[in-house]
Amino acid sequence: MANSLLETDQHRLALSISGSGGTGAVTVGLILLDAVAKAGFYGNMTRAFGPQIRGGESAVMLHFSDQPIETLAEFSELHLALDWVKFDRFEDEIPLTSSSLVIYDNSREKPPGLVKESGATLIGLDLQAIVKTLKGSRLNMVALGVVAQQIGLASHFIEAALQKTLGRKGPEVVTTSMAAVSAGMTLLTDTPLPGLADWHPTQTPRWNISGNEACGLGALRGGLKFAAAYPITPATDIVEYLAKPLAQTGGNLLIAEDELAAMNMVIGASFGGVPSMTSTSGPGLSLMTEAMGLAVAAEIPALVVTVMRGGPSTGIPTKSEQSDLNQALYALHGDAPHLVIAPLNIQESATVSQWSLRLSEALQTLVILVTDQHLGQTRMIMNPVEALDLNLQRSQPSAANEETSYQRYQLTETAISPMSIPGMTALQYTADGLTHSESGLPSSRAEDHAQQLHKRADKLSQFEYGDRWACTIPTAKAKFTIITWGSSFEAVKEAVETLNRQGAAISLIGLRLIMPLRTETLIELTQQQKVLVIEQNDSAQLYHYLLSQKAIPIDSDALAEPGPLLFKPTDLMPRIQTWMEGQL
Amino acid sequence: MSLEQIPVKKARPNDYTSNEHPVWCPGCGHFFILRALTKALAWLNISKQDIGLVSGIGCSSRLPAYLDVYGFHGIHGRALALASGLKLARPDLTVIAAGGDGDGYSIGGNHFIHACRRNMDITYIVMDNEVYGMTKGQPSPTTDPEWHSKLAPNGTGLSSFNPMGIALASGASFIARGFSGDPNGLTKILTEAIQHQGFSLVEIKSPCVTFRPEQKDWHKSMRLMNVTPFANPMEAAQAIYGSDGFDTGIYYQADSPVYRSEASSKKNGTASEQMDIIEKALLV
Repeated sequence: MANSLLETDQHRLALSISGSGGTGAVTVGLILLDAVAKAGFYGNMTRAFGPQIRGGESAVMLHFSDQPIETLAEFSELHLALDWVKFDRFEDEIPLTSSSLVIYDNSREKPPGLVKESGATLIGLDLQAIVKTLKGSRLNMVALGVVAQQIGLASHFIEAALQKTLGRKGPEVVTTSMAAVSAGMTLLTDTPLPGLADWHPTQTPRWNISGNEACGLGALRGGLKFAAAYPITPATDIVEYLAKPLAQTGGNLLIAEDELAAMNMVIGASFGGVPSMTSTSGPGLSLMTEAMGLAVAAEIPALVVTVMRGGPSTGIPTKSEQSDLNQALYALHGDAPHLVIAPLNIQESATVSQWSLRLSEALQTLVILVTDQHLGQTRMIMNPVEALDLNLQRSQPSAANEETSYQRYQLTETAISPMSIPGMTALQYTADGLTHSESGLPSSRAEDHAQQLHKRADKLSQFEYGDRWACTIPTAKAKFTIITWGSSFEAVKEAVETLNRQGAAISLIGLRLIMPLRTETLIELTQQQKVLVIEQNDSAQLYHYLLSQKAIPIDSDALAEPGPLLFKPTDLMPRIQTWMEGQL
Repeated sequence: MSLEQIPVKKARPNDYTSNEHPVWCPGCGHFFILRALTKALAWLNISKQDIGLVSGIGCSSRLPAYLDVYGFHGIHGRALALASGLKLARPDLTVIAAGGDGDGYSIGGNHFIHACRRNMDITYIVMDNEVYGMTKGQPSPTTDPEWHSKLAPNGTGLSSFNPMGIALASGASFIARGFSGDPNGLTKILTEAIQHQGFSLVEIKSPCVTFRPEQKDWHKSMRLMNVTPFANPMEAAQAIYGSDGFDTGIYYQADSPVYRSEASSKKNGTASEQMDIIEKALLV
């Protein structure tokens, strides 16, 4: 059984579906995810695509559980192949073993060698024959019925999900699809899988949401009123999601001609007094970099969400990697302090993005919120997340005073200066990327330069960020501490929790606020510890950053691997064990 | 509308100027553009706090600090993008973008095309001296092919860019050429441009006395306000391409669809009621 190494009392089931373009593999995945949710369970769905725009092969991986689940399984327990076209592309994403069950349509190609070599149990069914007997039916719906039967999913949940997905196409489409599903359910009545039957369903309301959508939702909750963006995989879903809600809530979305424009549009809107954001990925962030420096220098609130993909250059646009941390930290020229924040999982994406937008407003600065393809494009069934109650407002000047002229960049105790917005009488100023004095007027004097540089650094370093800077999971008597971030967190957490159940004592830190770093707290937490930093990039970017800040002991180690394959708890456990043994 | 018909109101040009002295060289054409702009704003009697003046980088882009309005001196080439964000977020403001020929037509060329295409209600003032002045005398997109400089000792050999032609092709709905040496004509053009609903390009020939001293003779060749506006793009194209560059006035003014904020349109319920609907849609 999958995840046997993990010894968890959580019920889990890992499925996968593949097919060439037009076979409807993704549709089957979306309907299954929604139907299992309606049955009272949790789950997640990740996707893998070929490089084609349309007509390409695609695959989905589904993980179902009776508790919220974000990690990936060791192998796929049930794989459904609608056809075998270019299946080898998904060899990494869909691991098959002798414990896997593979169901395929035997009216087409034979299973490829790698599937046979896996030792998986193969069941070929003549799905095409059923399709021919049911007018207007589609093969993927028959296959959906087979899978539903195999995992013990009752047909009325499928029907409800079909209604939601296909209802707008008319009742006939739903009826025809349901007939195909029902026919599929009779094809293979043995259920060798321990399916959903024994699981305890929950009655609580749950969300069906992707990480990118959650990110957009959080920004809306934070009062977002303006977004500008240029399309880029895998970030486009964020603004696609925002388009309607922004219009509903009185905001605006501008489709920019390029990322240079998008970032400047955000700065213009925010200068106008409106909470604003853009979303992009590594290549787009490169183009935004000069304007991001303007937001820092002119102290204009701006949220930039970057959804990392494989790099450098065009890299692997459709797959995940954590290799743009250096870019988020260091890309800006000059001394340009800003915030770099990352959510640790999909479930907290909405709250972390709400927090990020409000921090940009309160601190009048650039916030780069770093997620990745996995966090962004994985679809989750999860418990709804309450909006945060944050009191983080943009400081505004009181009415103009005849005696003293308005000083836009006035020094204050918090180093945050009240910011006027157009329309406010007698508080006009010119925002400038040039070094300026407190009044905002350009200056090239050494004194003004140092004063304003320090002001911008101080307002970020002095701010009280509270407990949200990290997720710390201390373990009594731990000699080992693992530090990780972003989409690696859930897998590392599960590996650490399992090892701890088996007798290890490891503490875990998941960093959210990466810049400015809570260095003193990190030193306190790690000074007597053996530290391992785990991240998904080749050059150990977080590890080197933490060392450079002297936030972790000099003898700390890194476990860094490039994407696009995500860490799995089952892969990490033996590697962490080997590392611990090497420390003794 | 002629200037005589504009009612005299309270605001005066000097109300719009700041205490900053421009960095421009003595004799620079930009001084007259600054003056014409403050006169136009005074005639239109626009409140200072309701003006957003956005620029990029270059001699002319220093303009915002010389006015007592909400200004933004941004980065090179991006004034129109920043101004577009400001206008969409704050449709109540009078948004003006300003810059030079290098800023607008070279590094900012893509934004120029798309700002014309969007036709948002923005006035774009280009102070064109056919040279990069701040970096001390390099050829720009509007420089003559034969002009010799340190960077192009034999001239660029490239025909110069036709900004008004590009603006027309890209969808701008108001296109004019002014001359800094004709303050009255320029003030009239700027007044009309600001009043026009849609994207207005005001291309202004403004001599650079330091790096293009020969431009001091422009006043001998310029034909002041001799152009008649067309609403038909075909006729305007003929006039624009038929000119030797020394004609001034409004070439094109059309009533084209303006890209506007959606935020002002009537919504059902409050934003928080809408948020409830948005959040409920996520439920399984």
